[in-house]
Amino acid sequence: MSLDQLYQQIILDHSKQRHGSGLAQTDAPDGTSTGQSHQLNPVCGDEVTLRLAVSEGTVRQISWDGAGCSISMASASVLSELGEGMSVEELHSVIDNFREVLRSRGKVQADPEILGDAAAFEGVARYAARVKCAMISWVAAEDALNQATA
Amino acid sequence: MTAVSTPASLLRSVHAMDNAEVLRIRNDFPVLDQLVNGKPLIYLDSGATSQNPLSVIEAEQEYYEQRNAAVHRGAHHLAVEATEVFEDARQTVADFIGAQYEETVWTSNATEGLNLISYALSNAALWAAQGRGGSALKDLAIGPGDEIVVTEMEHHANLIPWQELAFRTGATLKYIPISDDGTLRLDAAAEIVGERTKLLAFAHASNVLGTINPVPELVTMARRVGALVVLDACQSVPHMAVDVKELDVDFAVFSGHKMLAPTGVGVLYGKQELLDVLPPFLTGGSMITTVTMERAEYLPAPQRFEAGTQRISQAVALATAVNYLTETGIDRIHAWETTLGQRLVKGLEAIDGIRVVGPASGTERIGLAAFDVAGVHAHDVGQFLDDRGIAVRVGHHCAQPLHRRLGLTATTRASTYLYNTTDDVDAFLDAVSGVRAYFQA
Repeated sequence: MSLDQLYQQIILDHSKQRHGSGLAQTDAPDGTSTGQSHQLNPVCGDEVTLRLAVSEGTVRQISWDGAGCSISMASASVLSELGEGMSVEELHSVIDNFREVLRSRGKVQADPEILGDAAAFEGVARYAARVKCAMISWVAAEDALNQATA
Repeated sequence: MTAVSTPASLLRSVHAMDNAEVLRIRNDFPVLDQLVNGKPLIYLDSGATSQNPLSVIEAEQEYYEQRNAAVHRGAHHLAVEATEVFEDARQTVADFIGAQYEETVWTSNATEGLNLISYALSNAALWAAQGRGGSALKDLAIGPGDEIVVTEMEHHANLIPWQELAFRTGATLKYIPISDDGTLRLDAAAEIVGERTKLLAFAHASNVLGTINPVPELVTMARRVGALVVLDACQSVPHMAVDVKELDVDFAVFSGHKMLAPTGVGVLYGKQELLDVLPPFLTGGSMITTVTMERAEYLPAPQRFEAGTQRISQAVALATAVNYLTETGIDRIHAWETTLGQRLVKGLEAIDGIRVVGPASGTERIGLAAFDVAGVHAHDVGQFLDDRGIAVRVGHHCAQPLHRRLGLTATTRASTYLYNTTDDVDAFLDAVSGVRAYFQA
């Protein structure tokens, strides 16, 4: 397992060009129901606030603000890009799949058909200390999704 | 300081440490002899926890193989032997810091020591309010209107126990701010430490900034207003000669695991006249004289503060660690680490995009350096270094308020000890110089 497999170019790119970043400056689309979640990893200080807007069973927008390592920031960016336009059920199942891969210690391979760019985080699963970094925005999204559809 | 007696240690005591000696020292530390990610381990995280020499590991094993028994009870052979080595260990550690035997209390770690003082002091207020404990206790009682003073650079362990003491007693917590160069603002301290101040708690050396605080000046300020002084000596006792009597502090704490000993043992020093009147923190077996169904009378220190079966093997191992430090020479270790620390800071200052926090190179600091890398989060820096076999600490190092003051959420910290060479420092610097390019920052 080399460092380059952890820090794939797609992760480095997303950590700098952050899709969906700028929650404070973005309004939720009209007619959507929203949920918002704040997650903090007290060990390293990674922090994400994520808002998710849903209408007619479809995720219309995922906006977030955060501070943290490249893994956590890239993961939020990829999630935001991937999740927008998905049905609520689809996003739930993608989140479940992502969690399964990340918690597998490398035993479960990521399927790009399901996870898209998020498959690039497969390498994180082998670094136990970094799994939370990759998961933090996905935990926030799950919480926000539950609120938005409650 | 224990007198050097053997010709070999006498010889060593006059020579400064060098890389050749460090490499011999390193042979005593089994854990350091391994590959990490295919590269020789370079351990630069002793500020978090240090490694154990074989003699320390064997001391703990030998205790269990030959002497294990509950101390201070039972008349059998093992109990007597266990008590003997346990109390000898106390004397060894007391000598190391210039304390009396009775003033040296075992704790689990420095954090427990600070909480012990915090709770003993709020118990003092409770006792005094009910007329228990005599007149000496009245002076120690903290209450509404009183002030507790800490500093902006404290580890959470020397901050939160005082926040909670203020909460329990109705006192107010204040803090001495730092300057941009990471030193305490003594001008501000002189105004903050005033007539209402009952206690002043501060780190001898900062675990993030590397700053060595001016203990005599701060003690003078506290004495002027009759305040107690608590010294967090976690980053000083393992690395430099500390004499608690010479420093004239009322309490000092440190942890064994940061000075070549195992986890689970630490030390609280307290002036005897204070320890003997303060109410206990934890109560139970081994710390009493007479007990009825209604009440109990307590032993004087140190047993007064050692309820329950103690961490005997760890105490014995800590004394062995102290002997290791003494035989190498704590002043020689301090000099060597100062060299390593200056090399670290100077090297980091020369790398583009690196901001070292704390005093600049060329000024006094301990052998560690925490820094920010522009455009790269500390966690990523740590991962990059780990890939090269280099172990450092990343995060807020249990000092969130300090990081907030520095405008950072996390830093990377390299901290040295007697088993680090200048080559370790150079390999670290070489790796750090490649971090920004790797992350395209």
